[in-house]
Amino acid sequence: MPRESECHAGREVGRRINGRFQKSCRLESLRYGLRGNDEIFRKHQTMKVAELTKSLAYGPAPEAAKPALDWIAEHNAKFQLFINNEWKNPSGKEWFDSTNPATGKKLASVAQATVADVNSAVKAARKAFPSWSATPGHIRARYLYAIARQIQKHSRLFAVLETMDNGKPIRETRDIDIPLVARHFYYHAGWAQLMDKELPDHQAVGVVGQIIPWNFPLLMLSWKIAPAIAMGNTVVLKPAEFTSLTALLFAEICASVGLPPGVVNIVTGDGRTGSAMVDHPDVDKIAFTGSTDVGRIIRIATAGTHKKLSLELGGKSPFMVFDDADLDSAVEGVVDAIWFNQGQVCCAGSRLLVHEGVADKMIKKLRARMEKLRVGDPLDKAVDIGAIVAPVQLKQIQALVKQGADEGATMWQPSWAADCSKGEGCFYPPTLFTNVAPASTIAQVEIFGPVLATMTFRTPEEAVKLANNTRYGLAASIWSEDINLALDLATQVKAGTVWINSTNQFDAASGFGGYRESGFGREGGREGLFEYVKRKPAKIVKIPAVVRSAGKKSSASRANAGVSPSLIPPIDRTAKMFIGGKQARPDGGLSINIYAPGKNLIGEVGAGNRKDIRNAVEAARAAAGGWAKATAHSRAQVIYYLAENLAARTDEFARRISQQTGASPSAAHVEVEAAIEQLFTAAAWADKYDGRIHGVPQRNVTLAIPEPMGVLAILMPDDHPLLALVALAAPALAMGNALVIVPSPIHPLSATDLYQVLDTSDVPHGTINIVTGNRDELGKTLSEHDDVDAIWYAGPEAGQSAVQKASAANMKRTFMMGAVGALPNIDDVLREATQVKNIWVPYGA
Amino acid sequence: MAKVTQINVSGSPHSTAEEGRNPGTKFDLGPVKDVRVNRSAVERRAGTMSTRRTVKKEHQAAWLIHAVKTIDLTTLSGDDTVGTVKRLCAKARQPIRNELLHDVGYPDKLATGAVCVYHHFVATAVEALRGSGIPVAAVSTGFPAGLNPFPQKIAEIEASVKDGAAEIDIVISREHVLNGDWRALYDEVKAFREACGPAHMKAIIATGELGTLKNIMRASIVCMQAGSDFIKTSTGKEPTNATIAGSLVMVRAVRQYHEQTGVKVGFKPAGGIRSAKQALDWLILMKEELGAEWMQPHLFRLGASALVNDIERQLEHFAYGRYASMQYQPIG
Repeated sequence: MPRESECHAGREVGRRINGRFQKSCRLESLRYGLRGNDEIFRKHQTMKVAELTKSLAYGPAPEAAKPALDWIAEHNAKFQLFINNEWKNPSGKEWFDSTNPATGKKLASVAQATVADVNSAVKAARKAFPSWSATPGHIRARYLYAIARQIQKHSRLFAVLETMDNGKPIRETRDIDIPLVARHFYYHAGWAQLMDKELPDHQAVGVVGQIIPWNFPLLMLSWKIAPAIAMGNTVVLKPAEFTSLTALLFAEICASVGLPPGVVNIVTGDGRTGSAMVDHPDVDKIAFTGSTDVGRIIRIATAGTHKKLSLELGGKSPFMVFDDADLDSAVEGVVDAIWFNQGQVCCAGSRLLVHEGVADKMIKKLRARMEKLRVGDPLDKAVDIGAIVAPVQLKQIQALVKQGADEGATMWQPSWAADCSKGEGCFYPPTLFTNVAPASTIAQVEIFGPVLATMTFRTPEEAVKLANNTRYGLAASIWSEDINLALDLATQVKAGTVWINSTNQFDAASGFGGYRESGFGREGGREGLFEYVKRKPAKIVKIPAVVRSAGKKSSASRANAGVSPSLIPPIDRTAKMFIGGKQARPDGGLSINIYAPGKNLIGEVGAGNRKDIRNAVEAARAAAGGWAKATAHSRAQVIYYLAENLAARTDEFARRISQQTGASPSAAHVEVEAAIEQLFTAAAWADKYDGRIHGVPQRNVTLAIPEPMGVLAILMPDDHPLLALVALAAPALAMGNALVIVPSPIHPLSATDLYQVLDTSDVPHGTINIVTGNRDELGKTLSEHDDVDAIWYAGPEAGQSAVQKASAANMKRTFMMGAVGALPNIDDVLREATQVKNIWVPYGA
Repeated sequence: MAKVTQINVSGSPHSTAEEGRNPGTKFDLGPVKDVRVNRSAVERRAGTMSTRRTVKKEHQAAWLIHAVKTIDLTTLSGDDTVGTVKRLCAKARQPIRNELLHDVGYPDKLATGAVCVYHHFVATAVEALRGSGIPVAAVSTGFPAGLNPFPQKIAEIEASVKDGAAEIDIVISREHVLNGDWRALYDEVKAFREACGPAHMKAIIATGELGTLKNIMRASIVCMQAGSDFIKTSTGKEPTNATIAGSLVMVRAVRQYHEQTGVKVGFKPAGGIRSAKQALDWLILMKEELGAEWMQPHLFRLGASALVNDIERQLEHFAYGRYASMQYQPIG
């Protein structure tokens, strides 16, 4: 066999004369960490290539763990807290393990931050705030740009570290997470640059506490930190305890780019650390991404504290497939929806809703596709599904799957599913449920795993009904080749993000956030900036100060001029509730006396109770859909008409203002005029409060559309009883909300006088409902009401706190004002009256 | 997979065995009308096909050797001569030099899937490949534009089969697709198929000239209904060569046809496939969308002229751990 020996000789020569050969083999072995040098060489003798040409299997394709392991080793596998650009030991001397879920092996020890540590981090952030917020936008932009650059430069290290710490496939960290992180900092570098020009009336909020989840550790960090520091806030961020490591690597980058001390502080720890942040009195805002349960706790804890709050919570997002969809592509969409990041995605398309006629076909295709999925070592470049983040999460998935099967749904897993539980690490196979009823647990509960629940529908209407039959409202995916159908549904689905013929598309330029119990606030896009700014102090609505004339008699009625009022008994006026376009007697049959400032009885209003609120909300809900769908032009017409009819009664309303508040006749007239002007302003905005088209990098139109909140409750302030009511209600109405209004309890008569104006102004029944009574009592019922989508409350601190606490039940958005004082700026009112839905519409012939 | 005639090893390329071939179906407009292709979604899938899968080390070497077996080693130049065609045939018989094959760990004999030439050189190639079992494929029907008079197209097929071509790569009239004249397309391809007789027919749909992915899918369906044994992306002469997105649509059509008829039609990407990495990408596509059988030469061919040399370079790197130079590799 001369050829054989020649070859050996050839290799020997190669080895001898070409040092690079040996070196490259060594590098290989180091890179792959799989086999020693000798094995690399031996491989050439014991070749199995011929054998492998028969199977054409994929074989292992591991990404090198070494850069991440080296980085961990450089820190002796022990990570401190990053406070004021310094690494500090936790004051409680407590450490916890960060584990690789794919192996179950410990990666490093991480510091458990105590209350004292959080205090020092907040202190550092507070100290840094004045100079950071005053730093010119351009300079802040340079820092964000540098961070983005650094992330790109170290992208592979970040990707490998993230995969080892979290368990998600390297493909995802490499191609999705880390590039999006860099993109987020680039994008917000731009907003730092433009802040002065684009948000001239706004300023940074202050010290921001941010708590992020483990499913996209670094990406969620970037969603939080980039807009915060771009707008001039300083930050204390807590990563999830399962996945702290990339945040700590990020901290090093902050230090390396020279970010001033205290601007970004990273405190690691468990829920105790998070609580310390939430409870800290010197934190101005809390931004949280995580479960709805924890979000609810935070909502309650921050109620009444004036802390700004944004919550990005759970989801059970529908993935709708119509019979005119590209089914093969829809199948790939499902893969991206629920088998992305092991299904541990808040916006995962976890409910597959299929047109009944194509359901069998779709399921057949889906099963075939599932057989091809590869579960395994997350560092393997050819793996689709990596490790579940932790054993506790795995157990939860297993329990819910069992429950799903027990409740009668049909469970299906690929033929190789059993392999997933062999060996170490937390793995779970892709799982498909059919025969799922909306009533079953797995159709309702967020599983946060690679588990899909399938249901069928017959008509678009039914699809919407099923899609919206959930407590959540984070995202939705709609598959149809008919743009009429797709866009129609996109507007009807209650979700912050709607992807047409796509799913789980993200970009910094597009806002992301939920409806309903998926939370409130947006991250990304222009809309996301407002979570990190507040209006510079300035009174925008200016009307002359009310001349309080306590003790004076209320002004006399001109109609009775010349006749002594005592001689002609006034016709008793009965102000009832205004519900569903009708005046309704108070359910309780009780009235409240209303007095002028001089203690003269000037009227009575009904004492509203729970049932009046129930009826009012029911009426509002019934009207909400139609009013939201009415054209903006029509809504504007109604509001102009209100202005017209109010103007016709200027004197009457002015007198009533004077009567209730003691305002001078001229001041009262000014208030009525101001109210009429506010109606015009609101009507004007109705068809001008446009959405935007976001410039995302995909070939895609991303429509950011402000949608009404739905049923909006407003508990009115006491000052300027007519103007306040109009200034708050009219913009809300203009944006398409149906309202339940509780007028000021001490000056309700301007509201009750409005009934006749409403009756004559073509206001659709149920669009405005007015319930008089005790503000805090009614506020409690309204804030607890699950069918109220948002609540605005003007009243004392205690009342604000109570309303915010109770609002946690269905996570309604709240907007708080004092009972007296300046009214909010119209821009803020319009923003509070709407929520932005981002609709992604890809195109391509 | 033995169900289909092993055309690459068959001693008689003129096998009359129809077993395993695509008999075609009646013309059926239903599946054509039902076509739904979402371009953005298809491109997304195509874009992640090779980021979701990769093969490394000895697996990669095995895949690359396998890729060689599927190559239709092609020369379709105006300046082809008997000499260059003979040279190409020699390369087809010995695509990778033996010593390298040995060092890679593949001691078996290796040959390309076929040699593909213009009709003019069919006889030359048949002669040059005699005894090798390598079939000769002829591009036909007025390749590449397909605008010759119809009788000439038929005559061209018949002449190539007569000269010993075991495979005929026909081109369709793009006009029929662009005008939605599916019946005309069916009739044309069906006539070609009849003219092919025992020779296996590959229908080139010229994806780069069909305008949309939908048209690619529709044309694929009609060509299969008309009895194509393979559907093929491109002539290599269109402005756009084979793309993964276009191929994805075609293999989905193949899958659908299989689901509907039980018949397995082959797929051949061609045009612009020059690198080993591209070869792997298409093999991954086949494995993922259609399964392992569709990676075999009876159902998968790579139309390429220069690909072998890049594969050789990669195999060298695998075997010796250092980067190769083209000068060490015999040209075709």
